Amino acid sequence: MTPPLLQVKNLRVAFRGERGEVPAVRGVSFSLGREKLGIVGESGSGKSTIGRAILRLLPESARITAQRLAFEGQELLELPPQAMRNLRGQRITMIMQDPRFSLNPVLRIGDQIAETLRVHGVGGRGSELRQRVLEVLSAVQIRDPERVYRAYPHELSGGMGQRAMIAMMLISDPALLIADEPTSALDVTVRREILAIMDRLVSDRGTGLILISHDLNLVAGFCDRVLILYAGRVVEEIEASRLQECRHPYSRGLLASLPLLERPREQLATLQRDPAWLEGPVYRFGQEVRE
Amino acid sequence: MSGSAPSTTWRDWLLSDRPQSATQARLGQAWLSWRAFRRNRLAMLGLGLILLLLIVAALAPWISPYEPNVQNLRLRLQPPSAAHWLGTDELGRDILSRIIHGSRITLYIVTLVVVIAAPLGLLIGTVSGYFGGWIDAVLMRVTDIFLAFPRLILALAFVAALGPGIENAVIAIAITAWPTYARVARAETLTLRRSDFIAAARIQGTGSLRIIGRHIMPLCLPSVIVRITLDMAGIILTAAGLGFLGLGAQPPAPEWGAMISTGRAYLLDQWWVATMPGIAICLVSLGFNLLGDGLRDLLDPKRRGG
Repeated sequence: MTPPLLQVKNLRVAFRGERGEVPAVRGVSFSLGREKLGIVGESGSGKSTIGRAILRLLPESARITAQRLAFEGQELLELPPQAMRNLRGQRITMIMQDPRFSLNPVLRIGDQIAETLRVHGVGGRGSELRQRVLEVLSAVQIRDPERVYRAYPHELSGGMGQRAMIAMMLISDPALLIADEPTSALDVTVRREILAIMDRLVSDRGTGLILISHDLNLVAGFCDRVLILYAGRVVEEIEASRLQECRHPYSRGLLASLPLLERPREQLATLQRDPAWLEGPVYRFGQEVRE
Repeated sequence: MSGSAPSTTWRDWLLSDRPQSATQARLGQAWLSWRAFRRNRLAMLGLGLILLLLIVAALAPWISPYEPNVQNLRLRLQPPSAAHWLGTDELGRDILSRIIHGSRITLYIVTLVVVIAAPLGLLIGTVSGYFGGWIDAVLMRVTDIFLAFPRLILALAFVAALGPGIENAVIAIAITAWPTYARVARAETLTLRRSDFIAAARIQGTGSLRIIGRHIMPLCLPSVIVRITLDMAGIILTAAGLGFLGLGAQPPAPEWGAMISTGRAYLLDQWWVATMPGIAICLVSLGFNLLGDGLRDLLDPKRRGG
C-alpha cells in the first residue's frame, strides 16, 4: 500500500505570547489521498493555522509539534529549509483568501505567475515560459490571457485576481493544494465559477485538495470528506454526503443554525457551547472515539 | 452632440472616460498626476531650478563666456559689468563661467553620492526589516552609530582619513547619507513583510533574498526616492562645506564651496566673489527641497488634499 499523500497525526500548534503559550491547534489527526477534504470551523478554530503549519509558514512565535506530519512519506517538520522551499510551490501550494492582498501590487500578473517556475528553475525561459503562463491563464478561463499577462493586480476584478492566484498556484502541477477560504472575498455570483474552475483542474490533474472554509454548505457540496473543527480539535470527521447524520453536538448545532428555505424559522438556533467538548468524545464516520 | 466627431485634441484623448488601450489610460493617469503637480507653484519653481541646473551643466562649455580656469591678473577683482556679468575673482577669472562649470561638479557629487548611498541604504534597510531578530538589531545599531554624529562632522572625519579630493568627498558623504535611507526602507519593509503577497511568494518557494530584491525593494522605492530628493540639498551643502574647508574639490576646480572659501578674504570690499557662488548653492538647494516637497505630496496619498 502506498503511503497517503498527507498524513497528520496529533498536530499541535501553540503561539508563545506574553501570558504564556496559547494553543491554537490541539491534537489534529487526519490523512489525505488524492481527494477533496474540507475543513470547517468558526473563526479562531485553527483551520488556517493547520494549512500554514503544513507549509511551515507560521511566524516564529508558533511552536509546531506532531507525532507525524508527513507529505508523500517525508516528515515535514524535519526537512531542512532548502528542501522545504523546493516542496513549496512545486509539490504543495496554497490559495489565499483575498486576491487584493495576495498579489504583489507592483509586479505584472504574468511575472508573478512565472515566478514559481523561475524560482525552481523549471519551465524553461523566455518565450517558452511565457507560453506556459498563457496556457495556465487560459486554463483558469481567462478570456484574454495576453492582456492579463501584462496587467497589474489593480487592473483586474476580484474574480479575475483569484483566477490569476489559482493559475499561479497550479502552474507547477502540485500534488497538494490548500485553499484557504478561496471564495470568501468574492461576490456570490463569482464564487461558483471559481469553485468550478478549481474543481475541474484539481480533478483533471489528480491533485489532493484541502478546502478550508466556514461555509458548511459549500464544503458539503464540494468535498468528499469533511472535518469539523472546534477550538483546535477535530470533533467530527464524516463523508460529505452523510453530513446530515453527524453526531457531535457542535456539528448538530452548526447544522441547526443554518437557515433553510423549506423550513423557514422565526429565529435561527444559536449554538450552546459546552466546555466539555474540549476533552469529550469525538466522532469519526458516525463512530464515537476517545482521543 | 452628434457623437461622430472623434476627439480631436490630445487633451481630450488623454482624459477620455473610455480609453482605447492600457497605454492611453496610463498616459491619462500620468497627465492627471502632472496636472496635480503643476498646481503646486513652489514645486514647479523647484522643478524649474533643477531643470535649469541640468541644462546649464549639460551646455557648460558652450554657454560660459570665458574659460573657467584662465587667469587674467590685470582684470582681477572686477565688479559685475557688461563684460563680466558676475565680476571676476582674485586671479581675474570670470565668476559666471566658473559657476557654470561648477554646476557640473555639484551634479557629479550629488549623482555619485545617490548612486552609492541609495542602493546601500535600501539593501541594509530591507534586509534588516525582513529578517528581524538579531540581524535587525545589529544593522540598526550600526545605523544608529552613524546617525548619532552630525553629518558634516562625520564626513570631515572620513575625508581627513581618506585625504582631500572630490572622489573621497563623495565616498565620505555617501557613508554618512545611507542611514536615513536604511531607516525609511526598514520602516516600509516592516509594514510589508507580514502581507499576504509576501506569504504568497513564500508559498511559491521563493527564497528570502529573491523576495527582498524582487518583491519588497520595488515597493520601498517611492519613499526612498522622495527621501533622496529631500536629502539632495543636504548633500550639496555638505559637499560645499567640505570644499569650503579645503577638503573637497581642489583648486583650480571651480567648486562652489571652494569659491566661497577664497572669496571670504575679500568679502567686505569685493562682495561678489563669495556671494555669487553662495547664491548658486542657495538656489540649487532650494530647488531640490521644493521639488522634494512637491514629489512627497504627489506620491503620498495620505497628504493629498481634497
